Amino acid sequence: MIYREAGQFKTSYGADQMIFPILQDRIFVILAVVAAYLVPLIANEYWLQAVLIPFLILSLAAIGLNLLTGYAGQLSLGTGGFMAVGGYMTYKITTAFPDLNVLIAVLLAGLIAALVGLVFGIPSLRIKGFYLAVATLAAQFFILWLFNKVGWFVNYSPSGTITAPPRTLLGIMVTGPEATAPVRYLIVLTFLAFFALAAKNLVRGRIGRSWMAIRDMDIAAEIIGIRPYQTKLLAFAISSFYCGVAGGLYVFCYLGSAETEAFDIALSFSVLFMIIIGGLGSILGSILGAAFITMVPIFLTNAPPLIGLSMPIDLQKHIEVMLFGSLIVFFLIVEPRGIARLWQIAKEKFRLWPFPY
Amino acid sequence: MTQKARQIGDTLLKVEGVSLTFGGVKALTDVSFEIREHEVLAIIGPNGAGKSSMLNVINGFYHPQEGAITYKGETRKQMRPYAAAKSGIARTFQNIALFKGMSTLDNIMTGRLLKMHCNFLLQALYLGPAREEELRHRASVEHIIDFLEIQSIRRTPVGRLPYGLQKRVELGRALAAEPDLLLLDEPMAGMNVEEKEDMCRFILDVNDEFGTTIALIEHDMSVVMDISDRVVVLDYGRKIADGSPDEVRANPEVIEAYLGIRHN
Ligand SMILES: Nc1ncnc2c1ncn2[C@@H]1O[C@H](COP(=O)(O)OP(=O)(O)O)[C@@H](O)[C@H]1O
Ligand SMILES: [Mg+2]
Repeated sequence: MIYREAGQFKTSYGADQMIFPILQDRIFVILAVVAAYLVPLIANEYWLQAVLIPFLILSLAAIGLNLLTGYAGQLSLGTGGFMAVGGYMTYKITTAFPDLNVLIAVLLAGLIAALVGLVFGIPSLRIKGFYLAVATLAAQFFILWLFNKVGWFVNYSPSGTITAPPRTLLGIMVTGPEATAPVRYLIVLTFLAFFALAAKNLVRGRIGRSWMAIRDMDIAAEIIGIRPYQTKLLAFAISSFYCGVAGGLYVFCYLGSAETEAFDIALSFSVLFMIIIGGLGSILGSILGAAFITMVPIFLTNAPPLIGLSMPIDLQKHIEVMLFGSLIVFFLIVEPRGIARLWQIAKEKFRLWPFPY
Repeated sequence: MTQKARQIGDTLLKVEGVSLTFGGVKALTDVSFEIREHEVLAIIGPNGAGKSSMLNVINGFYHPQEGAITYKGETRKQMRPYAAAKSGIARTFQNIALFKGMSTLDNIMTGRLLKMHCNFLLQALYLGPAREEELRHRASVEHIIDFLEIQSIRRTPVGRLPYGLQKRVELGRALAAEPDLLLLDEPMAGMNVEEKEDMCRFILDVNDEFGTTIALIEHDMSVVMDISDRVVVLDYGRKIADGSPDEVRANPEVIEAYLGIRHN
């Protein structure tokens, strides 16, 4: 089918206000979601566990960070910390209330992360940019230090490790060692699909516009009646909720057990790289960026042997770092709206093809 | 001057004895004047006379050290931007203050933020009331887009628009708030004759059709004489004249200030 909007006239603002106003886009997205749900039929354990599950969970975290940094313009390096709150709080809640559905525990942990994010967002009312980034870095270190230091958070386990206990949903194991990869994949996919849609709805409405207004020019925003404090704090809370839910899923549907190292500063940076490469201020970009950053190492591991080359593991790591570094510089300087924007440009070209005028 | 559909009414805003200093610089000294309902008031004066500062005081962006501002019968020592917006004061800036990363449509939609109330949960689900609210405000923003004749740039990020159109979008954002008092800081600066004519027409139409009270800063004297009901003249932070365009034009002190004789 040719990609065209000709003949698709919008007869109401409702039609024009849709997330995907062009019919072909709608069909494409529906097919993509359906295909994603069918993936467990063909993908093997390795792909689900090592690639797709972390990709989906990190997409959720990237959306969370993008709401805060890409939309509201508040740079945060505390993503790992807020994810840790989600992971550790899910653990506390589900061990304290074993009968409570574990997925509800994940959501409640997300709410706690939202509160924590709100508290660490308070400095944003006074400081901006680089200084704010440093303040969120403090959140990152403080949170991990706290979870390491206070035994209560790990139920006084001597190893300091939290382990996902076996929990069921409708009689099916969803967490713990017995939970199969396809089941965990479907759970994280459902979380991502729902919360990506919710994020898209937020950013195209009143709240998204007030975030972007604060990002683009906070003084003008104030003068049209946006209250910067409430607006920024809401961004911190909602963003941290997303990161918290992602953190809960990270431990319970991906790692199975974790220590604070799983959430260290490297994780914060890698989620930040996802949104820079994928596209600041784009929900789709968050997902594309997460795909890119999780797939590249896999590609570098698997591609050389396919063409008969063997690449030492440390060289592979170096290539990875160099690739990410140069891409980040490229996107920051040339196209801050990332892969998502390149995709959009390609679509625009295609829409006009073969007559560009 | 054409006959107005609406009669100029009572005082909408009164500035009394306002003084504003920045460190040692006196931006405003003991300035008093009033803005009446439904009128177009021009504030004129040489560069650095304190005109922009005056608008900033009115909408609470600057806080004067002395004086009082009475708006809609309520007297305050100083306004707050949020309170000013809430009570119907909207404005544009001398150096355009649009949200550069957003489209024309979204920029103008931000002008209606104060009228939108659905909470974030409803919005995240885009359910009933949130959807209904969005579409209702979209419809009224489309009226403004039609009025300002900017349909074709609806989806363009404003950062990519030429200067004249940006000024127009900024006016649109202010209009979207359906203000009672509209403050325009040099709305025609840097425009060509044609764009100026369009802008004059929009200003007069807004004043005429919606009865919006307008206070504007403008340098082009022929424009000022054409569109304003009254003129306030500032010079070195002081008010030196206040009256109808003809009175002001004949005022010797104004002529002096404009010819720059007095301060030599
Ligand atoms: N934020 C500010 N900080 C310091 N000085 C200011 C500020 N805003 C205005 N001024 C000073 O106040 C005086 C009046 O400026 P302004 O109101 O911009 O004049 P106009 O708009 O009439 O050209 C100038 O001397 C200017 O330097
Ligand atoms: Mg000025």
